[in-house]
Amino acid sequence: MKILSFIKDAIKEIIKGSLPYYAWVGFLIFLILLGAWGYYHEFTKELGYGSLEQHVVWPIYIGNFAFFVGVAAAAVLLVIPAYVYHFQAIKEIAIYGEIMAFSAIVMVLGSIMVDVGRADRFWHLLPFMGGILNLPVSMLSWDVVVLNGYMILNIVIALYLIYKGYTGEHPNKKFYVPLILISIPFAISIHTVTAFIFNGLGARPFWNSAILAPRFLASAFCSGPSLMIIALQIIRRYGGIKVQDVALFKIAEIMAYAMFFNLFLFGAEVFKEYYTGSVHMAPMEYLMQGLHGHNKMVPWIWTAIVLDITAFLIFISLRNIRSIKLLNVGCVLIFIAVWIEKGHAFITPGFIPGVLGEIHEYTPTFVEMIVSLGVFALGLLLFTIFSKLVVGIETGRLKYNKETSN
Amino acid sequence: MIDFKEKFVNRRKLIKLFATGVAAALAPFAAKESDAKIDWEEYFQKHFKLMTKEEKEKLVKRLEQKYKEKYKKEFKVKISDAMQNVEFGYALNLSKCIGCRRCVYACVKENNLSRKPQIQYIRVLRMKNGEFDVEKSEHYYEPALVPEPGYFYFPVQCQQCKKAPCVKACPIKATWTEPDGIVVVDYNWCIGCKYCMSACPYFGRRFNRGEPVIPENEINTTVHYLGNRPRPMNVVEKCTFCIQRSREGKYPACLEACPVGARKFGNLLDPEDEIRQVIDNKRVFIFKQDLNTIPRFYYFFHD
Amino acid sequence: MLRKTKLLFLLFLFLFVYKNVFAKKEYPVPYPPLSPGIFPCMNCHEGLERNKKKRALKEMHQNIKIENHGDRWCYDCHDERNLDRLKLSNGEYVKFQESYRLCGQCHGNVYNDWQKGIHGKRIGNWKGEKQYLLCVHCHDPHSPRFKAMKPEPAPVRPDKATTH
Repeated sequence: MKILSFIKDAIKEIIKGSLPYYAWVGFLIFLILLGAWGYYHEFTKELGYGSLEQHVVWPIYIGNFAFFVGVAAAAVLLVIPAYVYHFQAIKEIAIYGEIMAFSAIVMVLGSIMVDVGRADRFWHLLPFMGGILNLPVSMLSWDVVVLNGYMILNIVIALYLIYKGYTGEHPNKKFYVPLILISIPFAISIHTVTAFIFNGLGARPFWNSAILAPRFLASAFCSGPSLMIIALQIIRRYGGIKVQDVALFKIAEIMAYAMFFNLFLFGAEVFKEYYTGSVHMAPMEYLMQGLHGHNKMVPWIWTAIVLDITAFLIFISLRNIRSIKLLNVGCVLIFIAVWIEKGHAFITPGFIPGVLGEIHEYTPTFVEMIVSLGVFALGLLLFTIFSKLVVGIETGRLKYNKETSN
Repeated sequence: MIDFKEKFVNRRKLIKLFATGVAAALAPFAAKESDAKIDWEEYFQKHFKLMTKEEKEKLVKRLEQKYKEKYKKEFKVKISDAMQNVEFGYALNLSKCIGCRRCVYACVKENNLSRKPQIQYIRVLRMKNGEFDVEKSEHYYEPALVPEPGYFYFPVQCQQCKKAPCVKACPIKATWTEPDGIVVVDYNWCIGCKYCMSACPYFGRRFNRGEPVIPENEINTTVHYLGNRPRPMNVVEKCTFCIQRSREGKYPACLEACPVGARKFGNLLDPEDEIRQVIDNKRVFIFKQDLNTIPRFYYFFHD
Repeated sequence: MLRKTKLLFLLFLFLFVYKNVFAKKEYPVPYPPLSPGIFPCMNCHEGLERNKKKRALKEMHQNIKIENHGDRWCYDCHDERNLDRLKLSNGEYVKFQESYRLCGQCHGNVYNDWQKGIHGKRIGNWKGEKQYLLCVHCHDPHSPRFKAMKPEPAPVRPDKATTH
């Protein structure tokens, strides 16, 4: 039984590791447990008379949700050059992209689960378990479909390639290449549909903008790969895997284009609101300069803008200065900037001012931050575990051996 | 200061909530404990619209028993359907409204709304004469006497839209428009994602994170499944034109509480009805018409 | 020709009588807000002389002040012979339960709207039995302008709420 021995060997591979590996995994598990405590606290905390949730309907979790959907684009950014343009250096590492996409979707679903009031009723979303999806009208239903589709595609591809690597058989191209190609439109659709969730609400003029989906795509092509570039270097260092610099710089090049479009689209958005100056400008005004003395969002967005522009300049200068260090700085900046711009600074102003003109400001609470970190750690843990398997296979540690396995 | 006793009770409730799955597995062993059995049934309850008549009747019995145990009172849980040839409409005379908020509290009482956290379905906005801008409105005005010179008042509640953005948003059809035009929520189906709240342009929906707290002597025991029954926590709720009253031919509670007769309610399909008299004879408008939600809630200015 | 005119005249006469005597529409109203102990008026006023002079009332009814209601005095509306009823300007007597007809003499548009349900307040059932509140349930007939009242408390601001 190859499968059984694969599972056995895979578990062995995951359990065994170096000290830094144990430290890292232990740290992530600690964060997850902390997040779990936070989640528990969230549901049992003392409630006051008025609840901010009536006004700022979605907390930081939904910002993270939008951001993590973007991170899931990591896969497609590796898959397109690898399988559409046959860029060999990236083809070698494309599988990490798939693993990251899967892990990111887990973070996406985790962010949703910690936000909804009745996570225990999740089966209402599963048609095969008696649930109902409000198709075709609800964008959230569509998101459930495409996110799960994308997650399944990526995990199937990744597991298939890992398993074939384990057995030493040649992966069947007729099976996995079509799946990879299908995952490209799926990747586009997860960003589009996620943008449409916000985009389609006439009640919230801040989101009701036609360039939202392109903006989501552009920022996704920045945030996901930036995490990918750093992760690949860590894997290279600790896993002893060959990752060519040329692949990293190729990814960075695509990110530079994406960053340009992201900044351009954001600028277009700001222009439209400010130049028109209708009442619908209020949320943008709140974001950029504060509204009636309420300005908690202002430092966030300006930090993001400064980081975005700095990162963009770094990325275009990478053409001439091929410095990995500079690349890493750019990646960290972009990751933080997009997290702000597409997360907290995107969701919260949608609710400020509220539909009846009320202004109630929101800052993520400590508990919400812990829970968010827990969700992030869960995704990273999955990514770590799967990467460990891939590394195990590529270094030949994890291999099907008839004698020992039986 | 944290009240430890209350906290403890809350925790117990939470554990109960998330232990339903466990309870389901243990149900055969804990058959004697009716509590676990009820939760189990609730957990696997079907969508209200998909239930047969028998299932609905069973549900009513179960809820009545549950509420009896919880509130020590006899409840009457109604599941009455929409009347034939009835489509409800509401009109509010802004020239008359004095901003006294009697409607707000009548609604709270009739509909068993939580007092802590505070949930109110009606918001009264105070506007300066010469302005009709919600962003400049005041929600928290508290003068000694109303009406105040130089202001007018603009009460907003669920507008029961014909093209309701909230219904469109819900990912699991937990909220829908009834044949008589009332937008309802199946509180036992809602997963609390709050997408409908983001979609609503009228601040018509509320989320209740916490067991609703209602003074014991103010509990209304005449309830409707889709209306004012004691709500489970962590789901979305809203105004239903007092479905438990309006489906019996009665006026909603907010209308009867209004001291100036600014509120008008009735059947839009009956030309003789007072709501139609308002619409046909006076000049009415709807709030945020540009969003094309087509409310069944009209406003008018008429002295 | 003459016969035709006569017939038409008779028809109008009949309609007039019918409308005013037989088909007079009465509205379901709650009991008027008559002060207990004050009404019936004739308990006290039976033997008293009617004083038509406009003056500040000192011995009784000190609370009644004619405000915001033009240049009126008691017997413009109350029947001076029998104070337990009202009197229309055409001499017709009406019960307090029908006081809307009295108000409607001047406030025709409002009376019209009240009959349709646009003005005023109704309670009970939108479908079936309902009661039309009389003008005087909301407007003090002697001082009809609406009185200011204390509003119910404002909602709690979320920022002021103790959430943690």
